[in-house]
Amino acid sequence: MDFRYTDEQLALQETLRRFIARDYDFERRRALARSELGYSAEAWAQYADLGLLALPFPEEYGGLGGSGVDIMVVMEQVGEGLLLEPYLSTVVLCGGIIRDHGTSELKRTLLPQIATGKTQIAFAAYEAHGRYELAHVAATATPEGDGWRLSGRKSVVLDAPSADYLLVSARSSGKLTDPDGVCLFLLPRTAAGVRLVPFATQSGGRAADVQLTEVRVEAAALQGAPGEALRILERAVDAAAAALCAEAAGIVAVLNQATLAYLKSRKQFGVPIGAFQALQHRMADMYIAEEQIRSMAIIAAVHAHEPDAGARRRAISGAKAYIGQAARFVGQQAVQMHGAMGMVDDLVVSHYFKRLTMIDMSLGDADFHFARFSDALAAGPARTQSA
Amino acid sequence: MDLNYTPEEEAFRAQVRAFLQAELPQDLSDKLRLGRRLRKDDMVRWQKILHRRGWGAGMWPQRFGGCGWSVVQQHIFEEEGAAANAPPQIPFSLRMVAPVLMSFGNPAQQQYFLPRIISGEDWWCQGYSEPGSGSDLASLRTRAEREGDHYIVNGQKTWNTLGQYADWIFCLVRTASEGRPQHGISFLLIDMKTQGISVRPIITLEGEHEINDIFFENVKVPAHNLVGEENKGWTYAKFLLNHERTNNAGIGNCKRALSQLKQIAATQVANGRPLLEEVRFRDRIAQVELELMALEITNLRVLSTFARENRAPGAEVSALKIKGSEIIQQLAELKMHALGHDALPYLREALEPDWVPDPLLASHYPAYAPSLSGQYFNLRKTTIYAGSTEIQKNIIAKMILGL
Repeated sequence: MDFRYTDEQLALQETLRRFIARDYDFERRRALARSELGYSAEAWAQYADLGLLALPFPEEYGGLGGSGVDIMVVMEQVGEGLLLEPYLSTVVLCGGIIRDHGTSELKRTLLPQIATGKTQIAFAAYEAHGRYELAHVAATATPEGDGWRLSGRKSVVLDAPSADYLLVSARSSGKLTDPDGVCLFLLPRTAAGVRLVPFATQSGGRAADVQLTEVRVEAAALQGAPGEALRILERAVDAAAAALCAEAAGIVAVLNQATLAYLKSRKQFGVPIGAFQALQHRMADMYIAEEQIRSMAIIAAVHAHEPDAGARRRAISGAKAYIGQAARFVGQQAVQMHGAMGMVDDLVVSHYFKRLTMIDMSLGDADFHFARFSDALAAGPARTQSA
Repeated sequence: MDLNYTPEEEAFRAQVRAFLQAELPQDLSDKLRLGRRLRKDDMVRWQKILHRRGWGAGMWPQRFGGCGWSVVQQHIFEEEGAAANAPPQIPFSLRMVAPVLMSFGNPAQQQYFLPRIISGEDWWCQGYSEPGSGSDLASLRTRAEREGDHYIVNGQKTWNTLGQYADWIFCLVRTASEGRPQHGISFLLIDMKTQGISVRPIITLEGEHEINDIFFENVKVPAHNLVGEENKGWTYAKFLLNHERTNNAGIGNCKRALSQLKQIAATQVANGRPLLEEVRFRDRIAQVELELMALEITNLRVLSTFARENRAPGAEVSALKIKGSEIIQQLAELKMHALGHDALPYLREALEPDWVPDPLLASHYPAYAPSLSGQYFNLRKTTIYAGSTEIQKNIIAKMILGL
């Protein structure tokens, strides 16, 4: 066992911290969030130069062969800097799917494109009334000639407006929530029959609803075997949920720093408000939450590519549920302890709070993951000796 | 970052497991498994067995007769011991007074006391709290006055755990009354057989005798039983508390309680099916399990940092103490709740190993049931002892957050 980052990981962390301090301060970030694109194209190019976009891909495809913990290092900084670029969508989620399930030809063409910042992909799997269930697929995939014809609607597709491609789930057989019969297709965002309704998200990014009307794709667009994509989607979402855990851990760390600094500087009744025990104890609870959150993010990161689906789900759903709950506590209390200052858009605190909240609402909230974790307790054998 | 055990650590785990299988007496593990009353002989017997194997003090440095185990090895040992229902080691001796003697005792004290602790020959207890000095420990008033080669000790200690078994007590005593209350405290080792010491049981809410008042009336203590310097005892006292709190998290213990809880919930029936299938109850188990998953890693992260930086445990252990004490309480509460109305019987005789219930009672009242309500009541102590949760938060606020 070892609980340290390697020297390379520490160097990567330091590089990102310097980048954020120099090129991505709070005012710059706010301007980017308001811009048409919603993120910085220059920053994306810099990520490519730094190797971040190549991080989780095999070296033979222009990657760096990075691990789940390497992704954790990056995502913590995505959190600390409230970075807006579509790293999670393109590199972790969709890049991960291409890496794990793409044909070697697709990997050879697409992974270097992602790694060099030339291509972005968005993950279009969730649908209206399906909440976080990946098996809830009403969109249809009908074989047609050598290829397929896709129709249906996808909801809140993160980073879709800037994406070059979409990874779209659609059903070739079975009923609405059958685990079998789900297919996954890679298609250009600009393919005929694809319509986007774009919008901003609460935490500054961009997303879109996607309508597919008789979209024709060729056979090679299908990822994996027909009807068997649910496993692919779940694996990818688990790894991405682990990355979100790290992002939340990064935010909680800087949010606690900000709150602590405020407790020491803000004076009322002639003393710093941090002199009051009611606030000291709350801050102590937030410190403990930060440590526990970090431990859970580590558990999630080291299980991001765990092949045993049960063990992976237990670790990552456990972590996402726990962090959803604990980060909600930290976020709400940070706003509370900042008093009215926690309410304003001009201060970074409210932005940390909003991002933490939206992390919980993404890829399965605390209740969703808690139920998965809890239900597995009844299904699994109680791994114990007799009571 | 790697949460996997190395091949060496796995080999160590196999060794521990084989040892437990071969050497842990069945009657002892049955007592732990069924929550039967544990007596002094049981714990001393286990300490002697460990000592024979050379594992009497795994966590101590080798130069003091320990094994110098790494944090991960200690974790494995504790985890395996708990899973096999091994008795706990005597904490007041091994984890509390011993580290103080190693760091601040003189060679004579180290050479005399440490081997007797590791062999199980001496049982130590703690003389910290007093009737007027609980959370405000530094206000303590038990006096030690120097007379020639001796101190004469007068006063009262309370909330003393298992002093009825003890050969020795380590005491915080006042040797000076000027200046700040923290100044003027000394750390004294006192033979429990000395004339003038009396032990009065305090019966706790579950009906057991675990703690005591201890009275000192003109107790003559040789001056060479002073640890370190006179009036510097507060430093040693805090050092000891940090050591104590490193193990308050008791991950192995919590894991055993969790696995027992799951087993009980799988056995108990509600609405015609296992209680574990009742979502409301299962969710409560899952909630504690998540907290424990996180704490296991936090615990290892914090302790391995101390080890790597070669420093004594610091205020970070307060976070471990808060979480660990809450978790073990929640587990105990759920184990009791799993019983339903079988939590009500109060059968003190059922805590003895030879208890046989009437078949009518046994038809619904499982063998593990008698201790569970008492354990729940008893474990309310964990968020109070060794510095209450509120005191731990004060420590975090001051020492870590700088508030």
